[in-house]
Amino acid sequence: MCIRLWNILGVKVMNKRFEKHVNGRNDLFIPFVVAGDPTEETTIQLALMLQEEGANAIELGIPYSDPLADGPVIQRASLRALEHGMSLEKAMGLVKKMREKGLEIPVVIFTYYNLLLQLGEEHFFALVRENDIDGLLVPDLPFEESEEWRESCNSNEIAFISLVAPTTSEKRLQAISKEATGFLYCVSSLGVTGTRTDFHSSVFTFLDRVKKHSMIPVAVGFGVSAPEQVEKLKEHCDGVIVGSAIIRQVEDQVEVLKKEASQKEGIDQIRSYVRNLISPYGKVKIHS
Amino acid sequence: MATIVPDQRGRYGRYGGKYVPETAMYALEELEQSLNEAMADEQFMKNYHDELKKYSGRPTPITHAENLSKRLGGAQIYLKREDLNHTGAHKLNNAIGQALLAVRMGKEKIVAETGAGQHGVAAATVAARFGLECKVFMGEEDIRRQELNVFRMKLLGAEVVPVSSGSKTLKDATNEAIRYWVANVEDTFYLIGSVVGPHPYPKMVRDFQRVIGDESREQMEALPDQVIACVGGGSNAMGMFYPFLNDDVRLIGVEAAGKGIHTGEHAATLSEGRLGVIHGSITYLLQNETGQIQEPHSISAGLDYPGIGPEHAYLNETGRVTYTGITDTEALDALKVLSEEEGIIPAIESAHALAEALKQAPNMNGNEVILVCLSGRGDKDVHTIMEHLGGEGNE
Repeated sequence: MCIRLWNILGVKVMNKRFEKHVNGRNDLFIPFVVAGDPTEETTIQLALMLQEEGANAIELGIPYSDPLADGPVIQRASLRALEHGMSLEKAMGLVKKMREKGLEIPVVIFTYYNLLLQLGEEHFFALVRENDIDGLLVPDLPFEESEEWRESCNSNEIAFISLVAPTTSEKRLQAISKEATGFLYCVSSLGVTGTRTDFHSSVFTFLDRVKKHSMIPVAVGFGVSAPEQVEKLKEHCDGVIVGSAIIRQVEDQVEVLKKEASQKEGIDQIRSYVRNLISPYGKVKIHS
Repeated sequence: MATIVPDQRGRYGRYGGKYVPETAMYALEELEQSLNEAMADEQFMKNYHDELKKYSGRPTPITHAENLSKRLGGAQIYLKREDLNHTGAHKLNNAIGQALLAVRMGKEKIVAETGAGQHGVAAATVAARFGLECKVFMGEEDIRRQELNVFRMKLLGAEVVPVSSGSKTLKDATNEAIRYWVANVEDTFYLIGSVVGPHPYPKMVRDFQRVIGDESREQMEALPDQVIACVGGGSNAMGMFYPFLNDDVRLIGVEAAGKGIHTGEHAATLSEGRLGVIHGSITYLLQNETGQIQEPHSISAGLDYPGIGPEHAYLNETGRVTYTGITDTEALDALKVLSEEEGIIPAIESAHALAEALKQAPNMNGNEVILVCLSGRGDKDVHTIMEHLGGEGNE
């Protein structure tokens, strides 16, 4: 009901794909992949597979030399992608190819701020339009520094994904969730991205706190890697964001994925991992 | 100055700010609040100055380099002797201040990054002095270049954590230290070594280093005509320049031009970099076309940093400070000259500032004065100096 109210008020312009695939749902699966890891074709095939397995949106990570918020798994993936010259502009171009092959769910560009700064705002939004991109997430652009980008995302009808952490104060949480669009990204624990064996029980209290404030879906990320976790998190938020756990699968299959002949085999390996991981959501596949 | 920097948001003009993940915001807020309280607390400032005096041996003297001045036949060169500070460099001034703050905040552990190892040694030293646990993140490449300092840190009881990510140098060590800090902020204080990082770090480090300039102003009979300091991140320069900003004194910051600007192998951030974000701050940055951070080069590990403190970027833009570059070879030559003429072996970092003074002095009058910040001693560099000067036929 909150969401409807939000739209009636017309405070935020909503993105079409977010409206269709994300809004109002409580079983969100939002995977993260690094563009170009290990090849462009792999990234396209991964995105399509993830959609088939029930992903509601995809975070497309742009490789960066100095990923401050990321742990070793994503750092290594970034290096693999940078080795063959992946860039923000090229990664955005990949989305067009994904769309041509049938990707319908929203794509969020996940990029560190320096890459965005060098590309420039105008160029970025031109590429957003050209390649049917639906959202932006900048891990090192906190609320205080992001006003300009939030506004331009709103006027370009894409979501600006905001993050909140267990240490985020009540006051900040209110301010952030008031402005948030798309989904609200809850960082499960402090530190960097990467798989964790278990969550501290305080994460549930944190999620409940965020849910109270948020008028958009609340998803949790950082460390989600097992179906048992998904099962437990289900009752406290609207979805999970899975990054390092999938990237680790990619890493294990890296040689298989690089070769055209064996790529499908590699993708299917990752498919079974994903299927098991999000089984608590009991998703019906939208394609087969 | 007309405007007070940084402003409330930690901005120096368009530079500075807090470009960090949300997970780090709480830690920065906590730090900023505690810092403001501490700086306003007379007892805290008294403790800090007592430690500088009784533990670190301050004030450091100013030496008139008479032989050198005579040889150059121009301006009189004076050296602010930070090499005589405890642990052999200016780094300890800041480390003492931050460690006292860590204790005041009830933190039990400190983490630090280090390039040349000087800041790592300073951090390990204050950790021992104030009973804190200490982890120093250091790039694998730097560990190899600075084995003596690695040993010193261990001797002081610190754990040296090798960093193998990225280019395995200072920028990567800084990334790792920040990552570790954010994950362990409850009991851990991040003791940053230069005027870089997200607000309030650049301001805090400047305020703990300004003792260099404050002392110099008192010690000099009259205001010098020029003040010269080397700039990597820029903490000795910021500490030296800050108290002179409102005076009629020419200020020159010296970046490492490495093998020469034209070779692309340098650390001349202000002359060759573009606006960018590094370690939580918007400043000048060496980067490629698409924004990937580029690895700098300098013979001195302490200047080998692809960014620069945001306040330097600001002072460059306003024109208050002139920034220039000195190559590896020029720095080594200056190091040799000072060793021979005055019996002082400077750190290769400080030799960059000195090399600029060697260029300036002959064009000035005998009654004009150049004050050089001799930020550290060269003992740590003897290995590198030997490689380059001792075995000219080796390469």
